Amino acid sequence: MTTGTGNGSGRKQRSPTAWSSGIVLATVAAICTVLVTITHRLSAPRIAENEKAYLEQSLRPALANVFYDNDLSESTLVLPPPHGLPGNETATVYRLYAEERPAAAVLVVTARDGYAGPIRLLVAVEYSGKLTGVQILEHNETPGLGDLIEASRSDWLKQLEDVSLEDPPRDRWAIRRDGGAFDQLTGASITPRAVVRAVKETLLYFEANRDEIFAAREQPVTGQNQESEQ
Amino acid sequence: MKAGLWNENPGLVQLLGLCPLLAVTTSFVNGLGLGLATMFVLTCSNALVSATRRFIYSEIRIPMYVLIIASLVTCIELIFEAWFPALDRSLGIFIALIVTNCTIVARAELFASRNRLVPSIVDGLAMGAGFALLLCAIGAFRELVGQGSIFARMDMLFGGEPIRGLALSDRGFLLAILPPGAFFSLALAVAAKNALDRRRKRVLGLLAARQLS
Repeated sequence: MTTGTGNGSGRKQRSPTAWSSGIVLATVAAICTVLVTITHRLSAPRIAENEKAYLEQSLRPALANVFYDNDLSESTLVLPPPHGLPGNETATVYRLYAEERPAAAVLVVTARDGYAGPIRLLVAVEYSGKLTGVQILEHNETPGLGDLIEASRSDWLKQLEDVSLEDPPRDRWAIRRDGGAFDQLTGASITPRAVVRAVKETLLYFEANRDEIFAAREQPVTGQNQESEQ
Repeated sequence: MKAGLWNENPGLVQLLGLCPLLAVTTSFVNGLGLGLATMFVLTCSNALVSATRRFIYSEIRIPMYVLIIASLVTCIELIFEAWFPALDRSLGIFIALIVTNCTIVARAELFASRNRLVPSIVDGLAMGAGFALLLCAIGAFRELVGQGSIFARMDMLFGGEPIRGLALSDRGFLLAILPPGAFFSLALAVAAKNALDRRRKRVLGLLAARQLS
């Protein structure tokens, strides 16, 4: 009523009742909803397709030479905490099969003890327990020091390819400063320590639970970890 | 038309919508993508607001604008996710943030709610084009200076194999890609526009003086 539509009679004509305002608003809201719904219907299949393609594409680098023939997006396990893997967040496991037999798994986990907050890791393990690759998904480590864990910034991450809990032996799964077999980074040992520890924990978990993980194809895994399928 | 492109360019003169302008213009293709999306939303929202202006009481006009603009932005976001997934990831949250671009509400309020349908659409196209051109120009400049290439990754918009673009040099001046570079680039663009305007005024003045004498 304060928009200055002039004198009293003009205001009387122009000012709407609450009802008519409400009806106009509701009508426009309905039309807008229809518009968004139609767009959503038209785009949903393509969006799902794109997500699938993107998933395959982003996992490929860590899966150097693993052969698999299943649809990754249909073999995803989402594990709510507590799951036994590093990190407090929900962990995602993509399972790869070749001719119905388990081939490898890709686990997305979180190393919580990074120098500047959590580090999100993607760990790809063959069924035999051999690590095929690790990718850093997200981190806040110091530029120029801790961020050398990124594959695009240094070769540090390369030493986590083609290793397993047997080679090097599991009691040497640590950085050199802690008496282990893995190099640290010059000027930064907290970040590499966190990554190596998280990868080791992931491998230990995989060793203990791999059959359960791969068996949960049709129905959610029941048991101590309360896993569920997406 | 000229008002939107030059005299009242939303980015250069009105300095509206700076948040997306500064944040996404790290490369030409990002600028072009967001520019086109903004132009689309602006034109459609102008058309809708103008077409419904008789039913919109001034008391409820802001919620109406919010409804219309939010729905349009949701639609464009879905379209980007479906047909330009790579560009969608590269622009990230800024597609959804078109909804907060002041240019759109400003044009709805200042122009579309007071004018007929066709002029409103033309105004939306012109203002959108002005904004998109500025995004492209700043994007091209920052990409050129910061990465030494131009038109890289145009495949994100047009499909096909990844394109590296015209690489003029391997290394760039990193500052241009970083946030301060965005402010410097915008300042240069505003300064260039003002210089051109002043120069044209002087030339016109000289011509007028010559005609008089």
